[in-house]
Amino acid sequence: MKLTSFGTANRTPRQEETHPLTWRLRDDGETVWLDEYRQKNGYAAAQKALTEMAQADIVQQVKDSGLKGRGGAGFPAGVKWGLMPNDESMNIRYLLCNADEMEPNTWKDRLLMEQLPHLLIEGMIISARALKAYRGYIFLRGEYVDAARILNRAVEEAKAAGLLGKNILGSGFDFELFVHTGAGRYICGEETALINSLEGRRANPRAKPPFPAAVGVWGKPTCVNNVETLSNVPAIVANGVDWYKALAREGSEDMGTKLMGFSGKVKNPGVWELPFGITAQELFEDYAGGMQDGFRLKCWQPGGAGTGFLLPEHLSAQMFAGGIGKVGTRMGTGLALAVDERINMVSLLRNMEEFFARESCGWCTPCRDGLPWSVKLLQALEKGQGQPGDIETLEQLCHGLGPGKTFCAHAPGAVEPLGSAIKYFRSEFEAGIAGTAPAGQPETATVSV
Amino acid sequence: MSQTNLIQTDRFTLSETGRSAIEHELHHYEDPRAASIEALKIVQKEHGWVPDGAIYAIAEVLGIPASDVEGVATFYSQIFRVPVGRHIIRVCDSMTCYIGGHESVLAAIQQKLGIASGQTTTDGRFTLLPVCCLGNCNNAPTLMIDDDTFGNVSPEGVAQLLEGYP
Repeated sequence: MKLTSFGTANRTPRQEETHPLTWRLRDDGETVWLDEYRQKNGYAAAQKALTEMAQADIVQQVKDSGLKGRGGAGFPAGVKWGLMPNDESMNIRYLLCNADEMEPNTWKDRLLMEQLPHLLIEGMIISARALKAYRGYIFLRGEYVDAARILNRAVEEAKAAGLLGKNILGSGFDFELFVHTGAGRYICGEETALINSLEGRRANPRAKPPFPAAVGVWGKPTCVNNVETLSNVPAIVANGVDWYKALAREGSEDMGTKLMGFSGKVKNPGVWELPFGITAQELFEDYAGGMQDGFRLKCWQPGGAGTGFLLPEHLSAQMFAGGIGKVGTRMGTGLALAVDERINMVSLLRNMEEFFARESCGWCTPCRDGLPWSVKLLQALEKGQGQPGDIETLEQLCHGLGPGKTFCAHAPGAVEPLGSAIKYFRSEFEAGIAGTAPAGQPETATVSV
Repeated sequence: MSQTNLIQTDRFTLSETGRSAIEHELHHYEDPRAASIEALKIVQKEHGWVPDGAIYAIAEVLGIPASDVEGVATFYSQIFRVPVGRHIIRVCDSMTCYIGGHESVLAAIQQKLGIASGQTTTDGRFTLLPVCCLGNCNNAPTLMIDDDTFGNVSPEGVAQLLEGYP
């Protein structure tokens, strides 16, 4: 079966020394199965970690590498790993892979899972050893049917080869791995909601503390890491901390490489493995090829629906947490979106907030009631039926649903793009107040693609 | 179950294959409850949707309250508690697909089938639903019909696309 393409991901030059995540990709975009993965030095890192390294040394190496979570929040993976209890009597521990990739405009984990399933499995084996986990689950969103088929086959291959199960590679270490598929709902990507969902409950986030490292799935110490995060672990173990740190560009505080992308009306939408610290301009021009003929860049989002909009002048920012932070938002997943001049920001935000409102789990009041309220206001503004004070109400919602005021990061993610859109394109919102010029329908409704 | 029960608990029997598939799932987890979502998916695969009686049947196999199974069934967007069409159309409504023109594709589907999002055609052929980003962003707008993903869908191409799903 032919897999869906990822732009030029499979045709961009890639080397083992500089592209730890993607150098093994095939040019034809098909899956790299076990034999080919092993020919390409696969599972050598697992061999090293399980037979030559002490458990604590693996943790230390990942800590020292500066590896940060790649799911969007960017929490240091080594620190998260370090939160797992030292108490040896707590010997039932779990490693969960967050493969619930649903962030709008994010399609990097799917690339890794469909084309390099064994890189993820190897990363999980090494990480499980480091975390003393005896069992792992890959929590995969239900709609990724190709990834489910591929991961299940890869797990069977690994089991048959003695890479999963008892006494892996003769090391005495046991680890079993299951693929768990979800049944929809964006909120499952929140790590404590993911744990509830895995347990067969409604995917409401849990109160923190206690953090999953202390009380996770089935009440046991649990570590949840993103697909791309875990896929970084083998190369760190194989090549060492100094090599890993040298991958990023000068000026970047984040280490290693990142799957980055650009989509929207750009010439070559795609995903590429790039060093942290490249400028957004390079990503936009050199990789995505700039805007398609006849389209002009109006603004862009650096990494998913939960990140703020930035102006073309901000393309000079470096792609790493601090670099994007300096211009006022978050790097998120690192897969950027170009918004072109045809797009009315009120209409775009109406589309986005409809999504966020629909996907609110309903657990806490600000999110459950505030997001539909923002949709109502945006729908009115889009039709030119807004009332004086509506924009101020939206701004109040941005404040009232902001960080620290809700149970989880869903609502803060929802208002981040809204606040930035009002900040940079206020006149488009003002035009939606009744009695002024109508905001106009988005031209996307009539443009054929 | 009582004949006067408002919920039709007595009209559903798990198939042998369904029951054994659910029991097989139990081995993957530390606690039977964890198999509830998979159990609902197994029933749905056989039946197309999850009738009331199935909630009780699953609860019995897992040894958890039926109210808990119902709580899960009504939370997840890909579990259907009402009958749906033979084919499910899932239209990605991410902002990437919005920019790619998904609203005109959605309008073309709605016009062709005479239904709104969330509805099923009267002949029981299609149900139309929105879905979170399908991760096919270089091919926006994108949609799924059953397990098949399509990219660069145009309003003009909708009719032909639907032809493939009788």
